Amino acid sequence: MCLGIPGEIDEIDGTEALVDFGGAEKWVRVDIVGDQISPGDYVLTHAGFAIRKIPEHEVERTVELYEAAIEDDRTSLADRRTEPAAAAEPAHGGEQP
Amino acid sequence: MTAGGPADSGADELTFRDPERADALRARLESLVDRADDSIRIVHVCGTHEQTIAEFGLRSILPDGLTVAMGPGCPVCVTDSAEVDEAVTLAESGKLVATYGDMLDVPGGDRSLAAVRDAGGDVEVVYSAADAVSLAAETDQEVVFFGVGFETTAAPTASVLRNDPPANFSVLSAHKYVPPAMDVVAAHPNTRVDGFLAAGNAATITGTEVFEPIAGTHDLPVVVGGFEPLDVLYALVELVEAIADDEPAVVNAYPRCVSATGNQAAQTALWDVFERVEGEWRGIAAVPDATLAIRPEYAAYDARERFDIEVDRDSETTECICGDIMAGHAAPRECPLFGEECTPASPVGACMVSDEGPCRIRQTFGEVRQ
Amino acid sequence: MSADDEAETLTAAHGAGRAEMRSFLSETVLERLGDPIADGVGLPALDDGAVLPDGDRSLVVTTDSHVVDPPVFPGGDLGRLGVAGTVNDLAAMGAVEPLTLTCGLVVEAGTPTDRIETILDSMAETAEECGVSVQTGDTKVLPPDDLDGIVLNTTGIGRIPRGEQLTSDGLSPGDRLLVTGPVGQHGIALLAAREGFDFETDLRSDVAPVNHLVAAAREAGTVTAATDPTRGGLATALTELAARSGVGLVAEDRAVPVSGATDSAAAVLGLDPKTVACEGRMVLGVAPEDAESVLDAVRATPGGEQAALIGDAVDDHTGRVVVDTGIGQRYLTEPSGQQLPRIC
Repeated sequence: MCLGIPGEIDEIDGTEALVDFGGAEKWVRVDIVGDQISPGDYVLTHAGFAIRKIPEHEVERTVELYEAAIEDDRTSLADRRTEPAAAAEPAHGGEQP
Repeated sequence: MTAGGPADSGADELTFRDPERADALRARLESLVDRADDSIRIVHVCGTHEQTIAEFGLRSILPDGLTVAMGPGCPVCVTDSAEVDEAVTLAESGKLVATYGDMLDVPGGDRSLAAVRDAGGDVEVVYSAADAVSLAAETDQEVVFFGVGFETTAAPTASVLRNDPPANFSVLSAHKYVPPAMDVVAAHPNTRVDGFLAAGNAATITGTEVFEPIAGTHDLPVVVGGFEPLDVLYALVELVEAIADDEPAVVNAYPRCVSATGNQAAQTALWDVFERVEGEWRGIAAVPDATLAIRPEYAAYDARERFDIEVDRDSETTECICGDIMAGHAAPRECPLFGEECTPASPVGACMVSDEGPCRIRQTFGEVRQ
Repeated sequence: MSADDEAETLTAAHGAGRAEMRSFLSETVLERLGDPIADGVGLPALDDGAVLPDGDRSLVVTTDSHVVDPPVFPGGDLGRLGVAGTVNDLAAMGAVEPLTLTCGLVVEAGTPTDRIETILDSMAETAEECGVSVQTGDTKVLPPDDLDGIVLNTTGIGRIPRGEQLTSDGLSPGDRLLVTGPVGQHGIALLAAREGFDFETDLRSDVAPVNHLVAAAREAGTVTAATDPTRGGLATALTELAARSGVGLVAEDRAVPVSGATDSAAAVLGLDPKTVACEGRMVLGVAPEDAESVLDAVRATPGGEQAALIGDAVDDHTGRVVVDTGIGQRYLTEPSGQQLPRIC
């Protein structure tokens, strides 16, 4: 699971946004996207809810990762375990006790 | 299905599906597998990974010595038969049951929701938990949303409960939480797991950090991967390299959608509404802390609190080896029912029902041997 | 029938145009009806229609019963669907100039008259588009308990020079596969309209007669096989061509035309456009040396602008369809069971 579909935000109206999935457009809920979003941003959606903003530079970074894997031009595994700070809040901030 | 072209920013059709890069990643995998002492067995825990692997024919290009097996990653498949029976009972008693299309044909102990609908019961397919709320707003009838799925659909269900749904709306939760099931699979004496390919979308919600204890406890790498064919191949390279180097690390191979700590807003909603309890995963076992139950604060919207639902909890089909298949112990072909009594048109077990089910995917896509 | 068999009943799958229907046809219908026809095509061929030799010509006959929910949908309605479906079945047998059509209506009592008028107007309009008219018919009205909606039966008759029929068993290894336009539009538009998934995009059915495209193709080169990809979509059409012709097919995934809106709506609904119904397309087998000229001719004909060569017949994988994704290969199988949107 699960079927995540990326799309581009056309407009935002309260807790909903009209997202263009590459031809087909649909209103989705954006109240749990967890990021500031505005028209033109790309989001990953699932079952009618946006669940993550896809930052623009991440697509480039993905391709760089592919290339690094192909070239075996790697930083050490230990380095790659550390995530660049994508979320400022502490880990498990919303986790149940 | 990943049929549509990716609509990520700056991505064109080939960004994540380029045959040349795929071939280069395959070559890299081959050299890494050659370097490893033993054959390698990776278990993925995501039906959509299986879908990508099958749809793009990735198994046809995997090197010898590398097996990618399917774990308990199909939320429809692991929905317990008794949970389906509860939804069927509610629909038969005059409630409108709304659920995802995936659940309609899933057999319960006796019948499926599709059978109830064909017999005149009110069963509606919805695309989203929010659509189920809209149905409730348009009627006086009791509307029960049969919520299935992992973190990715549980967070939306939580969100609609936190936004004052109508009084005639309730949720029958069959939502599940993935990480504890990975523990069960890794600990199972009959299952060999050299590394986990973890589900990228569920990790979008939870972040990669939830996998650290799994990597630590079972001494194996966990790589979070995306769903485009190059995402999967790249994640396999990370996994095989970590296995060959004997590094039980957690690696994020899907950073465009996943962070270390995940989606805080979604987690807040998820844990505000749900708590983790022990529950049956169809065919596998009672898994501790892996079933998402609605907290008492939201009891007014909990269908199990609102209605008296009685079902027989001991009605599994015996010959079906769904459980072994989903736990990664057995392959679909090893089941005596596979392709004979159990087909997509007339499924016996949940693995054949869902488009994400390992048996269904095997039947639908087959595999071309090179 | 044994006592056990008496409990068996038909399900929706038996009429859904896929594996379940084929086994019903071969085990139940062909046991009782139909004989092979010398120099023609009879029921046992299970092709798109029958070809009945008569002197130096052959009559082509086909019949279809159409039910669609909703009866008026984006891009068409039951009337257009009936006429186009029947004209296309005739064309798939080589009869590109239909002689006449029939109209059998079975209607639920209480159906508004203007709904029937809409459907009949649409039949007349579509028939005119392909140079044919409806010349006989029948109407029955049933109580609501006995029928939900409208059933439209259309029979079509065409004529061809003897021996010039097209069939679905004529492919040889080396033949190219041509599809006359983007696939999956009808099924996705209908699913979106029926289940109320609220796409803000104009998803329209492709329902249309395509006899003129088959005519253009045959004028430009040797067409070896034809079938129209309706229920089950391209996947079922290719599977049938492979099975009946006794060849394997290799389809290039990226060559299969799919409109952007259909492709992305299908992705959102979790469906593969290759397995979703078309109602205005034809799949043709073409002799390899004529493939480019046939493609050019179809593309130059209105409605065929987006035609594409999508693959080849091969001498291995007999009876099966291989999809080459550019990365790996897999078999393409036809859908089974109900097509429902997939969320998880």
